[in-house]
Amino acid sequence: MTRTTIKGLLLASSILGSAGLVQAQDKTLTIESWRNDDLAIWQEKLIPAFEAKNPGIKVVFSPSAPTEYNSALNAKLDAGSAGDLITCRPFDPSLELYNKKHLADLTGLAGMENFSDVAKSAWTTDDGKVTFCVPMASVIHGFIYNKDAFDQLKLSIPTTEEEFFAALDKIKADGNYIPMAMGTKDLWEAATMGYQNIGPNYWKGEEGRLALIKGEQKLTDDAWVEPYRVLAKWKDYLGDGFEAQTYPDSQNLFTLGRAAIYPAGSWEISGFNTQAQFKMGAFPPPVKKAGDTCYISDHTDIGIGLNAKSPNADAAKTFLTWVASPEFADIYANALPGFFSLNSTAVKMTDPLAQEFVSWREKCKSTIRSTYQILSRGTPNLENETWVESANVINGTDTPEVAAKKLQDGLDSWFKPAK
Amino acid sequence: MKPRETTMDVSEIKRPRRWHILVFLLPALIVYTAVMILPLIETLRQSFYNTVDGQYAFVGLGNFQVLFGDPRWAADFWNALRNNCVFFLIHMVVQNPIGIALAAMLSIPKLRFSAFYRTAIFLPTLLSFVIVGFIWKLILSPIWGVAPFLMDIVGLKWLFAPWLGRPDSALIAVSLISVWQYIGIPMMLIYAALLNIPDEVIEAAELDGVTGWSQFWKIKLPLILPAIGIISILTFVGNFNAFDLIYTVQGALAGPDKSTDILGTLLYRTFFGFQLQLGDRSMGATIAAIMFLIILAGVSLYLFAIQRRMRRYQF
Repeated sequence: MTRTTIKGLLLASSILGSAGLVQAQDKTLTIESWRNDDLAIWQEKLIPAFEAKNPGIKVVFSPSAPTEYNSALNAKLDAGSAGDLITCRPFDPSLELYNKKHLADLTGLAGMENFSDVAKSAWTTDDGKVTFCVPMASVIHGFIYNKDAFDQLKLSIPTTEEEFFAALDKIKADGNYIPMAMGTKDLWEAATMGYQNIGPNYWKGEEGRLALIKGEQKLTDDAWVEPYRVLAKWKDYLGDGFEAQTYPDSQNLFTLGRAAIYPAGSWEISGFNTQAQFKMGAFPPPVKKAGDTCYISDHTDIGIGLNAKSPNADAAKTFLTWVASPEFADIYANALPGFFSLNSTAVKMTDPLAQEFVSWREKCKSTIRSTYQILSRGTPNLENETWVESANVINGTDTPEVAAKKLQDGLDSWFKPAK
Repeated sequence: MKPRETTMDVSEIKRPRRWHILVFLLPALIVYTAVMILPLIETLRQSFYNTVDGQYAFVGLGNFQVLFGDPRWAADFWNALRNNCVFFLIHMVVQNPIGIALAAMLSIPKLRFSAFYRTAIFLPTLLSFVIVGFIWKLILSPIWGVAPFLMDIVGLKWLFAPWLGRPDSALIAVSLISVWQYIGIPMMLIYAALLNIPDEVIEAAELDGVTGWSQFWKIKLPLILPAIGIISILTFVGNFNAFDLIYTVQGALAGPDKSTDILGTLLYRTFFGFQLQLGDRSMGATIAAIMFLIILAGVSLYLFAIQRRMRRYQF
């Protein structure tokens, strides 16, 4: 449709844009990214650190809006005008780029040995042979709580499901705070901060996730329905009119001190640190019974790859090796508390909340979001359906059993597990 | 001999070709063809193609078979079409009658500040849908909204509900927001039509004793019927192409539980993809083709069945 027009425009802009660069002696690398929030960090910390060590290579960070990134990037790659380095979304969007030969094979890149297989899983082909992006960061799910509120009500940190609901009951009975700040209007809060947050404890993390992909478990199994049963109980502890409460509403309710607990992703940390006037703490998703192994969602979120048609591939590889180094991990994780390095070398972080989140990696088993790998390839899209059904369960539109059945039916309609 | 002579005369005084008409039409023709007609043809073409075993191939009506035959695609499509019809009906039942009533009130000669009312009511139409969506999300927010606050003051708080978040009320709420935004258009068109009615007609009616309400029903309304027809068709086309407001207020998944999903949002999700869902151009083009057919059918119905029978009056 309008693709050719867009192509033309992009081509024109790239030719005009690069015309000025030809004169420069240095090689200039351009990074495509959706993280426009990170512009300052790249320009002030990361890029100067790299350029100081590698004279002759200039790096430009050129982000676009998160919602437009995937389609804009695809158009640019098709037109041949994309930057040298491509920030990779996890799983299928990037795998598709590799299959279309837009991303180069980085399996043998120096520095790749610094990452575990789980860290690389989001950017590795299904057979595990080729890795095409350097893992940059992951986000961890859990609950952030208002420490002042907990002290005031003399609450201790809940570790089991029972204690969790007991704490919520106490906060509700006191009446000063909304027990939990979450809404269902934007749908993804219910799925990401709800289902994917508490779920791993029930489906036993990687064990359940992989069994689902192999077809050994179904979404209608108890392990997958149980988190929905728990979510259905959350309804009574959410604020008035939570059905129309949006994600920014939830953030504001919590940072203004009106809510006691916030089902969170670690990416909230830096925002909350500047907004909230009270002390905050965090706890991992409570387990079912005391003594159970705990599982956390430690979701690989950002990677960075090499545009296969980049004219500066050597310089770009030098940059990627640096991204894979502990030095980058250290600067990045501290500049962006809440985005945790996937590097095997432990990074020392200064932010207490970020430290708390990352400490769970040691006592709990890590997994990634269940719907991301392979299972969201077809139509209907499992991730989107999970958003809709998680909100339905909390709203009471569907029972947990009905929601699980709808999801499994949708998955069955196209997904054939590899035997 | 004579008749032949006259024919020759006619051919001799035949006017020179008026090239300037073509020249003046050309830019519009070129632009319209480039940005409207060619993409439309390309979209229709794409709806007959799909990727089969990694190859882009002609599949005939295969895409349409999937859309109507596959239970999931069909459920999504009929759900969107049903919602779209409700969306359209609410506009026809609420927006247009109120628009006509407002225009009728504005055209009362004794009304003071009519220019102010006219501007104020038309203003939302000029606002970007992003702003409208944002404002109304805030107004109706159960947490910081003005709506629950004001309703509390007059003791009607119990009537308030998080309308945008409930599957049974979300579509109505979004439709009414859209009505609020676009009500200025029927009002302006009808207002212009009412001003067009010559004073003699009104005076004659008054001499015959037709005044007040009966004057509106018996004299003015028949005279503005063609304008009402135009408004209905504009509303129809606008509603079945709608997308922007739903996208800004309810997001691309048109929640809760797809209760506000209309053809425009379904097309967007299918064609461009959403989150982990990759865009499917062929199926997207198929939905676009169906939307085109629906709108074409509606407009044809109006042009051939209604407009021809409409009586026009000349003064």
